[in-house]
Amino acid sequence: MATNKIHAIYTDDDLLLHAVKQTRAENYHISEVYTPFPVHGLDAAVGLAPTRMAITSFLYGLVGLAVAIWMMNYMMIMDWPQNIGGKPSFTFSQNMPTFIPIMFEMTVFFAGHLMVITFYMRSRLWPFKKAENPDLRTTDDRFLMEVDVENHDIEMLTKFLYDTGASEISLIQTEQNH
Amino acid sequence: MSSHYEAPIREPLVLGEKSYHDISVDIAAPVLGKANKSWWIVFTIALIAFLWGLGCIIYTVSTGIGVWGLNKTIGWAWDITNFVWWVGIGHAGTLISAVLLLFRQKWRMAVNRSAEAMTIFAVVQAGLFPIIHMGRPWLAYWVLPLPNQFGSLWVNFNSPLLWDVFAISTYLSISLVFWWTGLLPDFAMIRDRTKSPFQKKIYGILSFGWSGRVKDWQRFEEVSLVLAGLATPLVLSVHTIVSFDFATSVVPGWHSTIYPPYFVAGAIFSGFAMVQTLLIIMRKVSHLEDYITVLHIEYMNKVIILTGGIVAVAYLIEYFIGWYSGVPYENYTYLSFGAATGPYWWAFWALIICNMVVPLSLWVKSLRRNIRWTFFVALIINIGMWFERFDIIVVDLSKDRLTSSWAMFQPTFVDIGTFMGTIGFFFVLFLLYARTFPVIAQAEVKTILKTSGAGFKRLRAEHGDNVSHVQEVEEYPAAFGPSANVQGKHFVNSFDPDENDDAEVLPLDVEKHRHNINRLLALVGTFDPAVQAQDDLQKIKGIGPLMEQKLHQMGIFTFDQISRMGEEEYALLDEIISEFPGKARRDDWAGQALMFKNEK
Repeated sequence: MATNKIHAIYTDDDLLLHAVKQTRAENYHISEVYTPFPVHGLDAAVGLAPTRMAITSFLYGLVGLAVAIWMMNYMMIMDWPQNIGGKPSFTFSQNMPTFIPIMFEMTVFFAGHLMVITFYMRSRLWPFKKAENPDLRTTDDRFLMEVDVENHDIEMLTKFLYDTGASEISLIQTEQNH
Repeated sequence: MSSHYEAPIREPLVLGEKSYHDISVDIAAPVLGKANKSWWIVFTIALIAFLWGLGCIIYTVSTGIGVWGLNKTIGWAWDITNFVWWVGIGHAGTLISAVLLLFRQKWRMAVNRSAEAMTIFAVVQAGLFPIIHMGRPWLAYWVLPLPNQFGSLWVNFNSPLLWDVFAISTYLSISLVFWWTGLLPDFAMIRDRTKSPFQKKIYGILSFGWSGRVKDWQRFEEVSLVLAGLATPLVLSVHTIVSFDFATSVVPGWHSTIYPPYFVAGAIFSGFAMVQTLLIIMRKVSHLEDYITVLHIEYMNKVIILTGGIVAVAYLIEYFIGWYSGVPYENYTYLSFGAATGPYWWAFWALIICNMVVPLSLWVKSLRRNIRWTFFVALIINIGMWFERFDIIVVDLSKDRLTSSWAMFQPTFVDIGTFMGTIGFFFVLFLLYARTFPVIAQAEVKTILKTSGAGFKRLRAEHGDNVSHVQEVEEYPAAFGPSANVQGKHFVNSFDPDENDDAEVLPLDVEKHRHNINRLLALVGTFDPAVQAQDDLQKIKGIGPLMEQKLHQMGIFTFDQISRMGEEEYALLDEIISEFPGKARRDDWAGQALMFKNEK
């Protein structure tokens, strides 16, 4: 099924933010916005839910800490409880101060890397991924708002978008593939 | 946003009245352009130094550590000195990208990318030394706790040298992903700007298909913030762990609880000095003076003053505690032959002069803002901080508890060559980076343009804080129809102007406009059907079938011709096709044509 979308290009981030708010107020559906840099407040204006990347990072950090504790407890206390320079290897807690540096590093390692991998997976970014920005200028200085036509009157919608300050407007017909 | 309050006391961070597009152009220029002669000269020198160092390393590993100047008393000298020096240099990069991000320092945006590159390359150099200073480097993988056939023989987690392995590898890998994630939007900008298909392919791969969706940006910002939050304690911990190599020992002069913060302060001190050294040259060579301004240099100098002050206080505390402890060994190390008046007096006084005395000049504002003087001081600090590590390691080892084991250290050419090699390798990487990477985080600089750009500062100064620099847009529905709004005002018909426009077009009277057409063709070039193929001009938004027909009548058949149009050509075009004045300019035919031309 073919779907119609309108791409409205803006030349300024403030203008875009303004336009997004107006478009949402008119109950048109914004399916995507492409910007060359992070426009602060745009995600809230578009109505996106907050991201949970930080929460995942916290959980991964806990995993890293657990792995470090388990690893060092197993190797130093359980498997080979050796006397190395008089360090007490009888229980984990007695020798714990020397484990702290690695516990810390592993926490950071897991929290950082697994969060970044999560980000790449969730945002579908990987080395041979094809770029999907519809207009090359959106990585330079243009801001593109994609509005679903749905069953709105195209003429009205286009006129409305001109009124919000769009500098270019084009009607895009795409085969539904998502 | 220009319409907000920004303290007028703040100097602009982006000079010249830049637009977003100007930023892209300036930053992409070194990547899209060709290397000049001086780049090749410097690159060749660095490459030779690197190859020489590589020879020294191969010689060391194949012959034995005995080719270095180490002896039985002094088992660590240039190797670990250089290791700590390079790790320290790396720390400024993380400090700039992470700590200054947490403190919302906008000035970091012009320097963070290069500072992070410096981190990565410096840590790579540092990472060489723990391997090559091993007696049996081919068994280096034994430091990893891997299950094995020796009854699963593990490593000893009590050793700071093993903590180093974890610290350095975590530091390098986290810095690398932090840096790379920040690079994605900038690689995407280059991917979308370049004309060469090869570059397009490469930057397409490097940018991971970054498209700049609003959700991507939302996640991107949170990921950056969390990584900054993780990198800040990381940077403190890494040099802390490096300092534990000494602080957890029993050697007088090494065994000291002040080392962790003191090493970190020293790392930031030396790291910023190296950032200054590199950026002062790079801003000149890559023409980035508008982005890396004197203000940035002054701010970095202030950080140098602060951390240099901390380091100076740490020196004084060391001496005070050496005396106050009442331990004769400590007292001896610090106060008599050990350092100031011993055989290494020159290294000691080099440290004091380079790290405590010369940087004091930066308290003077005119010197702090003097680029030449800053460059000089930064070089001096780099030397001084090398001596600091040398003094700590070699001086303290040379006169230990037993007088019978006192010794001196004399470096051999292999020690020196290896160090030179790492400097060469560092510059090889940095020079390649400066030619292939966007050296300034353009996406970040664009976010501060409206608050800190010189042009917008001027607007606010002239019109007050609440003036919007964008032309006012009326709320929908606009009172005077679409014409009320600037961008849409030319469109008399409500939508899709192309079709409507073309419907009214009358065939072009070529003879009547012969003069103008000839002038236009002289400006944009003529079309020769024998050697050229005509393009589908209707791809350009704003050119319909009839408009295309008219252009063909005039003799315009290719994107190439249209891409050469400027103000004068547009004016001529308007005269010839009088129905829609300004249309070509509005739709930016030249820009569109250029894109299509490049896509071919």
